[in-house]
Amino acid sequence: MRSAAALAAILVAIAVQTTLAGFIFRGSSAAIDIVLIVVVYVAIKSGPVTGLLAGTIAGLIQDALSSSILGIGGLAKTMVGFLAGLLGAQFIVTAPLPRFLLLMVATGLHEGIFMGLYTVLNLRQFSETVGSMVGEAFGNAFVGVVAFQLIEWLPGFVDRRRAGRPLKR
Amino acid sequence: MAIADIRQRPGVVLGAAILLHVILISAQVNTAAGIPVLQVVTFGAFSEVQRGTMAVISGVRGVWSGYVALQQVQEENAALKQELQSLQVRLQQERAEAQRTDNLRQLLELRDRAHLDTVAAEVIAGPANPDFQTITVDKGTSESIANDMAVISPAGVVGRVILPSGRAAKVQLLIDANAAAGAMIERTRVQGVVTGVGDGTLKMQYVPGTADVKTGDLVVTSGIDGIYPKGFVIGIIDHADRGVGAYREIVIRPAVDFSRLEEVLVVRTPPASRAAAEEPAK
Repeated sequence: MRSAAALAAILVAIAVQTTLAGFIFRGSSAAIDIVLIVVVYVAIKSGPVTGLLAGTIAGLIQDALSSSILGIGGLAKTMVGFLAGLLGAQFIVTAPLPRFLLLMVATGLHEGIFMGLYTVLNLRQFSETVGSMVGEAFGNAFVGVVAFQLIEWLPGFVDRRRAGRPLKR
Repeated sequence: MAIADIRQRPGVVLGAAILLHVILISAQVNTAAGIPVLQVVTFGAFSEVQRGTMAVISGVRGVWSGYVALQQVQEENAALKQELQSLQVRLQQERAEAQRTDNLRQLLELRDRAHLDTVAAEVIAGPANPDFQTITVDKGTSESIANDMAVISPAGVVGRVILPSGRAAKVQLLIDANAAAGAMIERTRVQGVVTGVGDGTLKMQYVPGTADVKTGDLVVTSGIDGIYPKGFVIGIIDHADRGVGAYREIVIRPAVDFSRLEEVLVVRTPPASRAAAEEPAK
């Protein structure tokens, strides 16, 4: 059930990334990777194996939908999912700050692997590597933390609203 | 159950996932030579597998051929041994043939050098009695061979014909106790008579005690006997004693190895002395 939900979340994230993200973050220097945020969330909630599988699926789909080499994004997200799941299992990452830091590290790792492989394989050259990486890390971390808090806060908020409402006679 | 087991081994899943991605990437990325990395890596990996497989197969083949298939090797070994023996026999035949050719060549040279009417003959038999040093050659009266004709070899004088028949002739060797030849010492021209002793050596008789004779002097035919042409080698003086009488006792080592005679020349030209003696009779 949890795996199905994770898969659904990934598919939704990819759909949002490919459709709405272009409108929401248009004109911004920060390229937000919603799929990466979902992978990190799945990983810290479900552990390293689910995290790396989620990263594999999400990355491969992203690669397939883009014009990149199939597998490079997948490998980067696999490593991110595994590492996030490992850190989520070892440390308490429920507070916003640890999640912020985790998302920054995850983004850095993802970009490092992604750009590194492209550079090593001599397939593409990247300019302003550090600047864009830091910007993306901050953007992913901010959006991710907000999204995580909303996801975890919203179901309780609804229940509390329902509990506080007077009974109709 | 299996999924739960996999969840307990994240490292294995991670390794599998990384491998999957590496394969995927390799299939799409080319090397500097333009060949897909996956193809290069796969080829490299499988070539190692092939190398290992070939090593195993070679090892098994080596064990098989070195131990299991020894029965066949044994048969082959026997056949090779037989072939080797056959080749050794053939080699000996070839050597003998070469030796014979060499002997014949020497005979031919001797005939050209001597300017005599000769006929080559092959020794077909040795002495019938050890007390008489004779040989039998394969040429007889059909080749105009007659009694008292000299027989020579490249090394020196052999003997004389004593019994010619139609296709063979008996030759008395010079070392026979009853054989004799007119001789002279080449260095000093001192003359005498060489006779056989019967033990394989010769002795030179009727050489004056004052004659200059040294060990190692060459003794040749003098031609006065009417049988042997002049100047052919008889042997070398082995030692010369003073003797009891007026003559010296001279022992000669024959130049010809009579035990190894195979081909000889029979001289059909009579010596000048005999020719001169026969001339008035005609």
